[in-house]
Amino acid sequence: MATIISLDPRVTRLSIEADAPAEQVITPEMDQFQTYEVFHQPKSGAHHVHVGSVHAPTPELALLLAKEQYARRGQTHNLWVVSTAHVITMSSGDADVFETTPEKKYRDVAAYMVRNKVDAFKKAQNTQGEEHQS
Amino acid sequence: MSTATQRLILRMADDELILAHRHSEWTGMGPLLEEDIAFSSIAQDKLGHAQALYQILHDQFEAPVPDAQAFGRNEATFTCCQFVELPNGEYDFSLVRHFLFDTAEYLRYGMLAKSTVEPLAKLARKVHGELKYHLYHAQTWIIQLSSQGTEESKARMQTALNEAWPYALGMFDPKDDDAALSADGVFPGEQALEDAWRASVADICAKATLVVPTDTAAMLGGRKGFHTEYLQPMLDEMTEVYRIDPSAEW
Repeated sequence: MATIISLDPRVTRLSIEADAPAEQVITPEMDQFQTYEVFHQPKSGAHHVHVGSVHAPTPELALLLAKEQYARRGQTHNLWVVSTAHVITMSSGDADVFETTPEKKYRDVAAYMVRNKVDAFKKAQNTQGEEHQS
Repeated sequence: MSTATQRLILRMADDELILAHRHSEWTGMGPLLEEDIAFSSIAQDKLGHAQALYQILHDQFEAPVPDAQAFGRNEATFTCCQFVELPNGEYDFSLVRHFLFDTAEYLRYGMLAKSTVEPLAKLARKVHGELKYHLYHAQTWIIQLSSQGTEESKARMQTALNEAWPYALGMFDPKDDDAALSADGVFPGEQALEDAWRASVADICAKATLVVPTDTAAMLGGRKGFHTEYLQPMLDEMTEVYRIDPSAEW
């Protein structure tokens, strides 16, 4: 039986049969580690920002593995890992609860015509400054 | 004629280089994606330590440039212990070797942080955090797969530990230079390191409910250039590209 010859000597050494029938192996559903969400804090006092997730059998290993996945480059002060199962979330079918009706524009900051007031205030400040200098 | 300090730095560098290469053989083939990345990153760190040590030999002791030391030497001139040359086997053996080696490495660099050889002390202080993570990685997996694992995973850990033990004892060879190194404040010596290593390994084994193997004769010879049948094929593979054109600029 011919085996696979690869440019990668490690693959060649595995002596994989070249013409073996491609059988699809379906892993049992529970044969997976759970996931943990990873939050990255670049420096002391900064917010922890969600950066992704890792598979791990325990919280300790999740933290250990998160360090290499998400903190091996750039600056890191600390990491949080949280079991994905502990994240409370809306079901995707309920996404419509976040929709706002056009009639409620008054709730948006953009709806307030404050630009003119801000400009006027800045102008007044500048004028005052000039007066102090003179 | 090399000095005790040169011999110390060279055996440290050779150990790091050869183990880094062995670890890197897991890249793309690790047991799970996250661990594959973590283990590959650890391998890269080890390669970095080897390069820094060869650089010290180059700067202070007129050795060739790091690349030539790593890729341009014959098997018999390598002073790595046989432990680091052994094939990876399955992941259990690789993890146990990582644990036993990195415990010694962490303690060794800890001792060297106070060395009178300033470049060595500087390097030891610089890589402290990296080594701390490597050790934390190793210890966490050992405990997870032993006391917190399944019957099979624990049995595999114990078997790998038993197989690794005589080779691991070879890490602390030779002890002939201990007196000279210690007298000059370079390094407390391999015996002092071995004592500290045994205490630390015993502590983690207790937490992992693993039995510390009974001492059998240490596998020696690597420091004198007597290697296992596995080193030469590995060097052939590792130096293949370098040998095409040793003067190439990378």
